[in-house]
Amino acid sequence: MRPKVKGRKVRSGKNVPPTVVHTLAELPMGQRCILDHLELPEDIARRLMELGFLPGNEVIPARRAPGGGPRIFRVDGSEVALRHETAARVFIRRDPESDLVVLP
Amino acid sequence: MSSCHGGAPRTNLLPNPAIPLPRAAHDHPIIVAIVGPPNSGKSTLFNRLTGLRQKVANFPGVTVEHRMGKAKLKDEQEVFLVDLPGVYSLHPRAEDEQVTHDVLKGERPDFPKPDAVILILDSTNLGRNLVLAAPILSLGMPTLILLNMADDLALRGGKVDVAALSAELNSPVALVSATKGTGIDRVQQFLLATAAKLSTVALPRVELPVLQDVPKCRQWAAKLGVRASYKAPSPPLWTRRLDTVFLHPIAGPVIFAAVVIAVFQSIFSWAQPAMEGLKQAVAASGHWMTSVLPDTPFRSLLIDGVWSGVGAVVVFLPQILLLFLFIGILEDSGYLARAALIADRTMAKFGLQGKSFIPLLSSYACAVPAVMATRVIENKRDRIATIMIAPLMTCSARLPVYTLLIAAFVPNIPILRGVLYLPAATMLSLYVLGFLAALFTARMLKSTILKSQRSSFVLEMPPYRWPTLRSLALRLIDRAKIFLTRAGTVILLVAISIWVLAHLPLQHGKTPPLEHSYAGMVGKGVEPAIKPLGFNWKIGIGLITSLAAREVIVGTLGTIYGIEGDEPSEGLQKAVRKDLSPAGAVALLIFFAFAMQCFSTIAIVKRETGGWKWPIFQFSYMLALAYSGSWIAYRLASHFLT
Repeated sequence: MRPKVKGRKVRSGKNVPPTVVHTLAELPMGQRCILDHLELPEDIARRLMELGFLPGNEVIPARRAPGGGPRIFRVDGSEVALRHETAARVFIRRDPESDLVVLP
Repeated sequence: MSSCHGGAPRTNLLPNPAIPLPRAAHDHPIIVAIVGPPNSGKSTLFNRLTGLRQKVANFPGVTVEHRMGKAKLKDEQEVFLVDLPGVYSLHPRAEDEQVTHDVLKGERPDFPKPDAVILILDSTNLGRNLVLAAPILSLGMPTLILLNMADDLALRGGKVDVAALSAELNSPVALVSATKGTGIDRVQQFLLATAAKLSTVALPRVELPVLQDVPKCRQWAAKLGVRASYKAPSPPLWTRRLDTVFLHPIAGPVIFAAVVIAVFQSIFSWAQPAMEGLKQAVAASGHWMTSVLPDTPFRSLLIDGVWSGVGAVVVFLPQILLLFLFIGILEDSGYLARAALIADRTMAKFGLQGKSFIPLLSSYACAVPAVMATRVIENKRDRIATIMIAPLMTCSARLPVYTLLIAAFVPNIPILRGVLYLPAATMLSLYVLGFLAALFTARMLKSTILKSQRSSFVLEMPPYRWPTLRSLALRLIDRAKIFLTRAGTVILLVAISIWVLAHLPLQHGKTPPLEHSYAGMVGKGVEPAIKPLGFNWKIGIGLITSLAAREVIVGTLGTIYGIEGDEPSEGLQKAVRKDLSPAGAVALLIFFAFAMQCFSTIAIVKRETGGWKWPIFQFSYMLALAYSGSWIAYRLASHFLT
């Protein structure tokens, strides 16, 4: 029991502070961001770009699949579902005027 | 720019001299290709233009399906339309994009180069959709650009200057609504102009960005949007409201389960009157023929062989159509993408992904289109795993067998306080059983021979739309045609052969008892192998014929019992009860749940996987599963059912 707790603490200590968001996967629901770049295999990157995941475009995580599956992102006029591990390779920069968007 | 107004031949547009004019003399009929991104309403437009004059076809050598149809124009002119697969770009990466690319460039030896292109785009998301215009227009073919969902665009306060866009692209542009039919006359005019081989149909003349560079194409599209004063519509409120419910953490999965249960319950209760009616009609026409025809072997062949055999299968048409109707509604409404999303987490546990869910769901109807639908899965190993498990899902060909056995053996008593009746519950559990077997198999394959890294799942969520009656009706007509063709060919052939084999060899010039006929001998031959499962030799004959297609067993049993001279009014259900114990019936249900009895599926798997290795593996695996499964089921059921 004890080593488990210890281990978790050590890991979280190594993590970057939670306030700095680097990728789409870490972005809270409803918060807009600007896409910076993709670090994905060429074919997936291309498909994502065709769907609107282009550098400079605005992306908002809008919904989560029931049971914690992939998340739906609003991007370039449509909604696209991505798994966590794919979203974790999509790097973002925060919109300077970022604010919580009220979801309908 | 006048190119988007009026149907009169236009002469004011000079084609780009660098681009050759389309051939003046045609050695083939006029062909117009319809191209567009997924969810742009391509099929709706195709259905509207061709109606019943269409058929599904395959390009030889590849798995990509396309539909061909004839559009009737005003003065008896005919134009062939080809509905190409939905693509986001012409980057030849995926197979369907490659095919679209090759067909449009005239690089497929088996398919003539189209004379013109109709590019259909979703006007409610024009910026992103116009990206596809760049590679299409750069082909230099006469192109009509349709901005679809015009009604939706207007309703949600969006706007676009069609004339300005047309001027920018030097191609006719029109706002249309393929569902409502508004603006379709513009398409007719374009087709007429193409059919008349008017070289005056404008050729696109645009400055194009670097085509392989997506950001540049998107910038080009954005610039176009600005020049065409495009005002994006407000977000689709209803889609968002519905998603709040359908993707709710608790309500979402509950609704999903409720939809599935409702489908199965209604397949049983709603289809019943129509099936009864058909059954009566088959019986009555059989009686009528018996009364008018002289008593000859021919009459016996016609009535005992053909009529009981084919008739036994045809009565299941209403049920199959109802199932396809439900799947069609789920698909056309946009709910299927949500279902894939909900399923992704579960599918991931079995080494698959949410996209595998779509082919798996369509294999509830038929494994053949399902195996073809697996091409949406980019990962090759995921794709083969999905193909391997697709035939385990309960396809509609199993329905006749299940229905017959359930109706014959399962009493109609309410369970769960009358929410469900035992027959429907049995049916539902057979569906669940197939699904579990599929997941188990996937897990096994993905952790051994088809091991791969966790793949990505990228899926666009289309807005919800009302399914159109036209599209649903066309789907059902298609299905009915396929089903009846099969009843009229495979099942007819089997019925006749069974009748002949059951009447030979003649003993002292008379037909032998069934047991001593050739058919009986074959049945007796396999009996030792199937006896441990609780099947006798008559079921054995049915099992052998059902290797061609599952529902054939019903026709075969119909023929056999027809020959045995049972009272026609007694029906197949009563007859089958004489040959099967309740435990044997359970075993037979399990056998059909697992075994791969379908020539068409074996053929398509061979084509899709490019060899005999996978279909042979699949057939043997499923046979082993079926045999051991029904052996265990028979033991258990013999113990509990008396």
